[in-house]
Amino acid sequence: MIDIQNISKRFGKLQALDSVTATFNEGQAVSLIGPNGSGKTTLIKSLLGMVIPDSGTLRFKGIDVTTSSDYRSDIGYMPQIGRYPDNMRISQIFDMMIDLRKKHGSKLDEELLNAFDLKKQFDKPMRTLSGGTIQKVSACLAFLFDPSVLVLDEPTAGLDPVASEILKAKVLKEKNKGKLILMTSHILSDLEDMTTDVMYLQDGKLQFFKPVEALKAATNETRLARAIAAVMTEGVRFQMNGHIKNLPQVPNLRQVETKI
Amino acid sequence: MKIIRYVLYDILRSRMIIGYTAFLLLISAALFATETNSSKSVLNLLNIVLIIVPLVSVIFTTIHYYNSYQFIELMLAQPIERIKLLICEFAGVILSLSAAFLIGIGIPVLIFSADGAGISLLLSGVLLTFIFSSIAFWVAAVTQDKAKGIGVALMLWFYFSLIYDFLILFLMFTFSDYPLEKAMLGFTALNPIDLGRVFVMLQMDVSAMMGYTGAIYKQFFGSALGMSFAFGVMILWAVVPLYFAIRVFKKKDF
Repeated sequence: MIDIQNISKRFGKLQALDSVTATFNEGQAVSLIGPNGSGKTTLIKSLLGMVIPDSGTLRFKGIDVTTSSDYRSDIGYMPQIGRYPDNMRISQIFDMMIDLRKKHGSKLDEELLNAFDLKKQFDKPMRTLSGGTIQKVSACLAFLFDPSVLVLDEPTAGLDPVASEILKAKVLKEKNKGKLILMTSHILSDLEDMTTDVMYLQDGKLQFFKPVEALKAATNETRLARAIAAVMTEGVRFQMNGHIKNLPQVPNLRQVETKI
Repeated sequence: MKIIRYVLYDILRSRMIIGYTAFLLLISAALFATETNSSKSVLNLLNIVLIIVPLVSVIFTTIHYYNSYQFIELMLAQPIERIKLLICEFAGVILSLSAAFLIGIGIPVLIFSADGAGISLLLSGVLLTFIFSSIAFWVAAVTQDKAKGIGVALMLWFYFSLIYDFLILFLMFTFSDYPLEKAMLGFTALNPIDLGRVFVMLQMDVSAMMGYTGAIYKQFFGSALGMSFAFGVMILWAVVPLYFAIRVFKKKDF
């Protein structure tokens, strides 16, 4: 469904993406994982055409994303930091998006809107909203047009536990409908039930892209969070040795846990 | 193209355009009220228009662009083409600025002095709005930082409305032994504000006061060919920066 071939992107000195190749298919729920600045958001934004890769191709259902914009009608995107026109009210944002995106005869998916009870706050201007409420608006907009691909960048960051659970349940429901879900998160426990595949990026390079089961087997862990954390601490230690000397080695996860 | 409605809606809500319209109305009313000779009022109006219109166009456009950044970011994740988005933003800006100009200056001019000079003043003002908005869009698309962008745009305005004329004067004095009249025609084309001025002046019979150069101008620009040349160059001044703005915007990362 989404075919990424050797895409690279450089921002000045920072190599945000370094020849990343991957293919995503229907029914997959891919978790994009990696340290801060590893290129997760850049990859997502390249898919949406917001960042234009220096080289490589990105195809969505066979269409090169640099040649068209229509393919985006099939993507629901929830940005890491939702930024909306300050002076518009929530209701105006929704009306505008419906006006711009809704296809004739199609139904709107207002499930999240109702679950978050967002309509109560419809009259509030965007600039007065808390970070969490903005996240709720972003989430509702991502699901509103029932797209076949959902791209969620740090979906649960900033949401209260109740809202977070509601969103996770919604993602799970959509995943079970056979949609492709692509998400990033640092809250690994949030990804536990939702993920089918893990894609690990570091310094813009794709380290691995494996089904969850394979990853658990390789690290000898039964829980996804621990399996990934095991990989991540290894990565951090490697970086430290390479760049900063005379610092104690980063202890591995088990050592941290026994100390605590 | 539905987006243009939201762009216009956003612009009208900021009230800056309404203030601009009122300001222009006040100036033209004052000028026509205090002067009995209406063609003299048009000349005075021209001098004000040549400063105010480029200045307001440049400032308004850059501020609008940076304030719409969130809107642009939001739209880019939707099935909307980048070029269309930028053109809608641009169209929204020039539509509202031109409307303000045509109400603020156009209505009084049409009432008090609807002759060739008056009409060419209106045409020239609309073209200058178009030109300086287009230049400001280019600057804003290239410059990430808001303060820097507005600064650069203001510098360009300052250059075209003052520095350029100083440079030309300096050039004329230095090379006063040489026949520069023909070259002056060329130099005029390099500054849209000068073009706008010549465009109106030649309709006013004051070009006689401009000496030998004025005569050459009159000879060249006074003809239909000269007028269409000036018009064509002004259109180029509007379209070329817009083209570059689109090119930059197409490759921009958000």
